[in-house]
Amino acid sequence: MRISLFITCYNDTLFPGTGKAVVALLDRLGHQVVFPLEQTCCGQMHFNTGYRREAYPLAKRFISIFKDAEVVCIPSSSCVAMIRDYYPELARENNDEQMVAEVKSLLPRIFEFTELLTDHFKLEDVGAYFPHRVTYHASCHGLRSLHLGDKPLRLLKNVRGLDLIELQDTERCCGFGGTFAVKNAEVSTAMLGDKVRSILNTRAEVCTACDNSCLMHIQGMLHRQYAGVRTLHIAEILAAGADQ
Amino acid sequence: MSLITIDPRKAAPFPEAAAEILRDTQLRKNVAHATDVIQYKRAAVVAEKDDWQALRDAGATIRKEALQHLDSYLEQFEQQFTRAGGHVHWAADAEEAQRIVLGLLREVQATEIIKIKSMTTAEIDLNRNLAENGIRAYETDLAELILQLGAELPSHLIAPALHKNRQQVRELFAREMHLPNLTDDPPALAEAARLYLREKFLKVKSGVCGANFLVADTGSVCIVESEGNGRMCLTLPDTLIAIAGIEKVIPRFSNLEVLLQTLPRSATGERMNPYSSLWTGVTPGDGPRNLHVVLLDNGRSEILADTTSRQTLQCIRCGACQNACPVYRQTGGHAYGAVYGGPIGAILTPQLFHMEHAQSLPYASSLCGACYEVCPVKINIPEVLVYLRSKVVDQNRGKLASVFNQERVAMKMMARILLSRERFETAQRIARVLEKPLVGKDGWIHWLPGLAGRWTAARDLEALPTQTFREWWKERGNA
Repeated sequence: MRISLFITCYNDTLFPGTGKAVVALLDRLGHQVVFPLEQTCCGQMHFNTGYRREAYPLAKRFISIFKDAEVVCIPSSSCVAMIRDYYPELARENNDEQMVAEVKSLLPRIFEFTELLTDHFKLEDVGAYFPHRVTYHASCHGLRSLHLGDKPLRLLKNVRGLDLIELQDTERCCGFGGTFAVKNAEVSTAMLGDKVRSILNTRAEVCTACDNSCLMHIQGMLHRQYAGVRTLHIAEILAAGADQ
Repeated sequence: MSLITIDPRKAAPFPEAAAEILRDTQLRKNVAHATDVIQYKRAAVVAEKDDWQALRDAGATIRKEALQHLDSYLEQFEQQFTRAGGHVHWAADAEEAQRIVLGLLREVQATEIIKIKSMTTAEIDLNRNLAENGIRAYETDLAELILQLGAELPSHLIAPALHKNRQQVRELFAREMHLPNLTDDPPALAEAARLYLREKFLKVKSGVCGANFLVADTGSVCIVESEGNGRMCLTLPDTLIAIAGIEKVIPRFSNLEVLLQTLPRSATGERMNPYSSLWTGVTPGDGPRNLHVVLLDNGRSEILADTTSRQTLQCIRCGACQNACPVYRQTGGHAYGAVYGGPIGAILTPQLFHMEHAQSLPYASSLCGACYEVCPVKINIPEVLVYLRSKVVDQNRGKLASVFNQERVAMKMMARILLSRERFETAQRIARVLEKPLVGKDGWIHWLPGLAGRWTAARDLEALPTQTFREWWKERGNA
C-alpha cells in the first residue's frame, strides 16, 4: 500500500527519529511510504490558542497536499484529533463548500499511526523486539478524541522482550496542552509533577506514548530531575527489531 | 457574620490566582482527595448502567430541546406555575433579581431568611444585598454553612466546601458555635450543625432556594439534595422564593426520568438523591402559601443566541466536569475567580460577562477532554473553550497593544512561516543556529528568554537534532 506520511511540524523539527521509525516499520511491513515535501502544519496550535483565522489557511493547505492520498499516516494523536474534530467545523464556519466536501472525503483515509496498524492492517504483532521495562502514557487526544483505547497497549504487549508496566492514572493529562504549558506554566508544571511521580513509581526505563508533545513535556521534567527514565514515541519501539 | 463575595470583573487572571493557590498544599491535598473519592463513586454507579451513553444522549436531547424553544417553554412554565397558585417574576440582570427578592421579603416584613444551597443566589450576590438591607440570610446546607461561618467562597458546584477537610471544619465549628470539646468525627460535626440550624428552621418564616429543574408542562419546581435541610427550607416557611436561571426549564415532567438518573450519579455518585423535592404551586395547609419563582437572565439569552456556545446552557450543575478536571484538581475552584469554577465555569463565566471579563478562563484548560467525557448532557466543553479563545483573540485584533504582544507576534509569524515550505525549511535551519548559545554541555536547553522561559522554569528542552526529518528524507533519496 502507498502510504502518505504527515510527519507534523514538530516531529519534523524536533523528533525526526519518530519519522524514521515510522518509515522503517512501514517498509518492513511491505508498504511504500511517500512524504510530500510541501507539508508543514495542520494548524492545531493556532486553532487551539484562539487563532482560528490563521488556522484556516493551514488546514486548507493540509487538505490540498493530502486530498488525493490513498492513506495518510500521522504519528501524532493530537494532530489527527485536530483534523477529525475541527476541520469540518472550520470548513462550515468559513462557508467553504469545497473544503466541506474535501474534508468529508479525506477523513476516512486519515489514520493515527497505531490506528493504521491495528484498524487498517489488523496487526497486533509487528515483529518488534525491545528488551526493556516500558510504561505507557495515554495521551488525551488519542484517548478521548480518537478513542484509541487499548490499541497501543495491544501492540506493545506483542513486542518481544518488552516488560509492560501499568502506569497509575495513565489517563490523566500530563499538563502539556500546547500553549497551556506556557500560558499556565505553574498549573501545567503541577500536573506534570503528578505524572512524573507516577512514571517514576513504575521503575520503568522508558515511558512511551502516541504523541511526542506529551513526551517532550514529560521528558523535560524527567531531565530536569536527573531521572534515568527516557521517553520514546511508540513508533520507535515498534520499529525496533532484533536486527537493529 | 462577615460577608465575602466574588466578582469576576475584579478577580485576578487565572494564571496568577492559580500560582498563588498552588502554594496552599493543604488545599491541594483536600481537593485531590475529595475529587478522587467522588470520581470513584461516580465511576461505580455509572458502570452499573448498561445504557449510560444512551442516557447521556437522551439528557443532551432534552436540554437541547428546552433551549431550542426556550421562550415558549418559559411561558408555558409561567402559565402553569401561576395557575397552581404561584407568582413568576422576570429579572433581566442581577440587580433586578435582587430588587425583586428584596421587595417580596419586605412585603412580608422578613428580617431573616433560611436558604437552601443555590449557585444562582451566589451569582447575583444575594446575601450581601439582603444584609445591606437589613435581612440576614442563614445558609442551611452543611457545606454552605461552613463557608458562611468561615467567611469563605464556594469552590465547587456540588460540594462548595470541598477544599476544606474535617479537621478544618472542626476548628471552625468549635470557634463559631462555641463548642470547644467538639471532635472531628463526621457524625459529631453533622450533629453540631443540626442543632445550630434546627432552631432557624422552626423560627424563620421566609425561605430562598434555587432550582434544579423547572418543569414547563406541569409548572413544577424540582430540587434535589442530600441532607434534608433543603426539604425543611422548602416546606416550613410561609414564603418561599426560588431563583433560577432561565435555562433551568425542561419541557416535560417525564424528562425527569432521564435527568434524575444522570444528575445524582454524575454529581455525588449516588443512584438517586436522598431528597428529591418536587412541588407544584400552593396547597392549603401544607407548605409555603406565598410562592414565587424569579427567572434570571443575567447574560443567558446572549449565550443562547450563539449556536456554538449555546450548549453551555445545557448544564445541569452536576459538577462532574470539575471532579474530572486535572486543572481543577490542582487549584480547586477559587482560582477561577467566580461562583462557577472548573471547566463549566471556564466557559460560563466569561460568557455571563459578555466576554469582557474573565478572558483568561477559556485558557485555563489543557483541553484534555475529561470534562466532555463525563458530562451527563454532553456539553463539548473543549470545543466551546477553543471557540471562546478565538473570541478573545478576535476582540484584540487590530488594537495597538496587540502589536507589542509577544504571543500575538509569535503566532502571526509562525502562521506566515508555516504557510510556505521554503519559509518553514529556512526557519528550521535558523532555529538550529539561534539556539546554539542556549544549549548546555549536556545537549539540553535549561533557560529560554521571554514567554518560552515559562517552559524552562521547570522543564528542560532537548537541543534540536542536527537533521530534520525532511532533511533525512531528502538525503535518503526518496524525494
